[in-house]
Amino acid sequence: MTENTAAIAGSVRPEPGEAPRPRGLLKIFLGYAPGVGKTRAMLDVARQMKSQGSQVLAAILDTQAGAGLEDLDLQPPALVEHRGEYYPEIDLDAVLSRRPQIALVSDLAHTNTPGLRHLKRYLDVQELLEAGIDVFATLNIQHVESLVDAVRQITGLAIRDTLPDQILDQADEIELCDLPPDELVARFQAGQVGNSADKSFFREGNLMALREMTLRKAAEWVDRRMRSYMQTEAISGPWPVRERVMVAISAHPVSERLVRAARRLADDLNAEWFAVYIETPDRLRFASAHSDQVSRTLKLAEELGAQIVILQGQSIPETMVEFARRNNITKIVAGKPLRPRWYELLRGSLIDDIVRLSGNIDIYIISDPAGPLEPVIPASWKPHGNYRRYIFSLLLVLLTTLISFPIHLAIEPTNLVMLYLLAVLFAAVTLGRGPALLASLVSVLAFDFFFVEPRLTMDVTDTQYLITFLGLFVAGLVVSSLASLLRDQVEASRRRESQTAALYALGRDLAVAVGMEAILEAIIGHISQTLNRDVVILLDEKDNLRQRAASPEFSLQYEELSAAGWVYTHSQEAGRGTNTLPDLSVRLVPLRTPRGVIGVLGVKPEDPNFYLTPEQRRLLEGFASLAALAIERAVLAEEASQAKVLSATEKLQTALLNSISHDMRTPISTITGVLSSLRDTESPGNALPGLDSATRVDLLESAWEEADRLNRYIGNLLDMTRLEAGALKISREPYEFQDIVGATLAQMSARLAGRPVKTGIPAELPMVSVDFVLIQQVLINLLDNSVKNSEPGTPVEINARPDGDQVVVQIADRGSGIPEQDLERIFDKFYRAQRLEESGGTGLGLSICRGIVEAHGGRIWAENRTGGGAVLSLSLPVDREAWRSDNE
Amino acid sequence: MSDNGPRVLVVDDERAIRRFLRASLAAHGFNVSEAANGLEALSGAAETRPDLVILDLGLPDIDGIEVTRRLREWSQTPIIILSVRDQENDKISALDAGADDYLTKPFGVGELLARIRVALRHSLPASQEPVFKTGDMQVDLGRRQVMVGNAEVSLTPTEYDLLRVLIQKAGRVLTHRQLLQQVWGAGYENESHLLRVNISNLRRKLEPDPSQPRYVLTEPGVGYRFKTDE
Repeated sequence: MTENTAAIAGSVRPEPGEAPRPRGLLKIFLGYAPGVGKTRAMLDVARQMKSQGSQVLAAILDTQAGAGLEDLDLQPPALVEHRGEYYPEIDLDAVLSRRPQIALVSDLAHTNTPGLRHLKRYLDVQELLEAGIDVFATLNIQHVESLVDAVRQITGLAIRDTLPDQILDQADEIELCDLPPDELVARFQAGQVGNSADKSFFREGNLMALREMTLRKAAEWVDRRMRSYMQTEAISGPWPVRERVMVAISAHPVSERLVRAARRLADDLNAEWFAVYIETPDRLRFASAHSDQVSRTLKLAEELGAQIVILQGQSIPETMVEFARRNNITKIVAGKPLRPRWYELLRGSLIDDIVRLSGNIDIYIISDPAGPLEPVIPASWKPHGNYRRYIFSLLLVLLTTLISFPIHLAIEPTNLVMLYLLAVLFAAVTLGRGPALLASLVSVLAFDFFFVEPRLTMDVTDTQYLITFLGLFVAGLVVSSLASLLRDQVEASRRRESQTAALYALGRDLAVAVGMEAILEAIIGHISQTLNRDVVILLDEKDNLRQRAASPEFSLQYEELSAAGWVYTHSQEAGRGTNTLPDLSVRLVPLRTPRGVIGVLGVKPEDPNFYLTPEQRRLLEGFASLAALAIERAVLAEEASQAKVLSATEKLQTALLNSISHDMRTPISTITGVLSSLRDTESPGNALPGLDSATRVDLLESAWEEADRLNRYIGNLLDMTRLEAGALKISREPYEFQDIVGATLAQMSARLAGRPVKTGIPAELPMVSVDFVLIQQVLINLLDNSVKNSEPGTPVEINARPDGDQVVVQIADRGSGIPEQDLERIFDKFYRAQRLEESGGTGLGLSICRGIVEAHGGRIWAENRTGGGAVLSLSLPVDREAWRSDNE
Repeated sequence: MSDNGPRVLVVDDERAIRRFLRASLAAHGFNVSEAANGLEALSGAAETRPDLVILDLGLPDIDGIEVTRRLREWSQTPIIILSVRDQENDKISALDAGADDYLTKPFGVGELLARIRVALRHSLPASQEPVFKTGDMQVDLGRRQVMVGNAEVSLTPTEYDLLRVLIQKAGRVLTHRQLLQQVWGAGYENESHLLRVNISNLRRKLEPDPSQPRYVLTEPGVGYRFKTDE
């Protein structure tokens, strides 16, 4: 034992803050009953480890272990309130944050008080193990899932707290704590163990049986270890032919016993095993109570280590045996409800069919005194419940009789039977089995009464008609059975189809959805429609899990959000219908991609009594993986486009720097030059001759112009920056366009000096809804452009005309025009058309115009004029109020 | 430089601007004192009792609007605001707080001097002259008669009131709010469409070319100004 424990101590993990620890080791102290000394053995080992320098923390200990714990670190338990009582539970987060090397846990199979993160204590332990903490835990054999039935049969105890066999199987170490039963009984009688209520439990016979189970379980564990060791070391041995066990389950309560029995059988044989549920059209009619029972049983099987299979088929025995053959099943475990003998004689039994079909497969039959399962058929499902269908079927027969009446003399009466058959067929297809049966019966009677001699009596003179009657009735029977079977099959396949179709439809919508928002909308729409649930999607944003989209008026509560955080970090389902936080009203599913978990999907049923059926669970998983991939695609696309924007920005920055260095330095050099020459001539004692007044005026004039240009350039740069940053605020108000032009011309008077300016603005032009200052800036830039690109003294025109709900404005010059290939590009940033030299343009003015006009919802474009020159046009929105009143 | 010239207080945190203004204004006979921040401006105004204040909006301690407000608590000294572009809202706030006019940097000295002259003239007691003349327009305030050239122009009562308010402050900018308040009364401060429609009608009736107005000028984003020949 010392060696074993030393092995754990040897795997001491690095200090917190270093690389994440590997999964911790689980050591189970297994006993057959309370009082055999599990806790004492655990504490002994723990003390030993502590003396060797390990950090040991008691996460939760039996109250009975009370005394003598002073030398160990104790984590005070979390006291959880439930119905007025307080229960001590593991304070999981506290233990996780203290990060001991070894945590001590009593009673591994304990069921947690409702309201905690996990349903079961072993799930808490799993989380500790994942955090790299080694766990020592105690366990009594009676809690092991596959033994629960056996324990009940031996001791009469119904065990509530169960532990999946897997946990025990996967323990890294098991230490058997044994005490001869007579000694334990003596301890009990001395009052050292249990209390008087446990008297029936502490009987020597019970204890011996439990002890044997324990020893066998431990031996199995050792055996499995040995085998897997030999296998990994490639030691060949007398391996038996691999057995495969299959258990057939139904909604019947016996199924849980079947599953446990199958598990034991599979364990004994060291076999792989399958739990199979076969969905038939009949079973589809069962109410949701049944399907809940089925999902519970399937979940139990899953916990016990089975592979879950759901098959669709017509006949249970055939489907089952076919699956068994395909998968090389060697043994089938099936249940057999006790039925009266006459019933089996009449209907046969499934078991007989299976036995007959199974060939060399062994069949294990487990019987249950509970009777067969009555199908619970919900009202909406009852195909024959509606009396109107029966009335319709009677009407059909009546109609047939009425049609037959005028023609019955002309044709053989036996041929009229065909007409009745037609009616029965019609009733079977449209009305269901019951009405069809009624129709065939009434048809026989009506045919006899009206058309068989002697008429209008039920008597029959010609006995050969009896064959006709029989034929008509039997045909009606067969046809209606076939038709209703067909309907059920269609229904079943329609349901399967609708699931496939749902996945396909989501996939298709996701394929065409562009952008994250569209993708999220598609996911939520499809899931909520298909599963009839509210849906929420949380995504990781900058290391914060944030609700990104949800069904209308649905959002997660605080505790659900923290549960989502847990789901995200652990990549495991949680919430409703799972083992973790089952009290929540939402089910939370991680969105997994090959790169890891990217978010969490939550679904909440509208009706709190509804659980997901197994097939809906699989559908949800399908949805989740489709959704995860689509979201990841969108995230990647966003990243890619950001990278693209970034490179475009870089290009732009280069252009900006070039522009600044050229366009700012030029005017500054002129100004500095002028000022320096003036200072030099003015300063006292200079040797230079004074400048004449004309030269001085000329110099000052050019400095002034350059300063003005510099100012405009800086204004443009500022505008550009605001446009780019989206910081440009447009405050629209209705204005007379003429007013804007007036203000512009007043401000441009110096620039336009010497040029005739023609304005053509009709008085009836509707008001425009614009930002005055910004549109004035546009006009200034456009006029400036015209001035730059045409000879001094040539005219400039400003025209405006209404065009629908817009006003089109044109600024025209008589300059050299714009090269054809540049018409589109002159509004690009830093683009300068190859035109007059020294035009002094910065390549910013026109792009600012475009930014402003487009922000107003308008358009800007350039054309060349007939007769030379360019026209720059823009459209501006008309003030709707004014426009409407003008047009009324 | 003359000690008898009008006293001007220049408030700007940029030394270069103060230096340039002192030189330019002194050359035109003004008596210039300086303040580099809002508090200096307030104490300087109390000490020197300037005839006019030139106030930069962006001051390091208290902003120009607040300085205007505090000055107006005890003084009617004309205030001309210096602002940079894109401070339209601040400009309007300052004008509404009682500033008389504004000028956008960069500006020419000629423009500044014109504004100073208008502001100083308005600070003198209002002239009793009942007839206002500019260009070929003549307004007889006593008889409510408006003539352009030799023809009488008929204005609606609102248009006439608007014109009267504008010419009483001729040469100065009036914000939308001020005009609405003075012509329509309290409660109409946000009905700017009333103002726009009436300005547009006035121009149609008074201006030779309404698209290039000579008298009623728009101050973009701020308000209107009646231009005099000066």
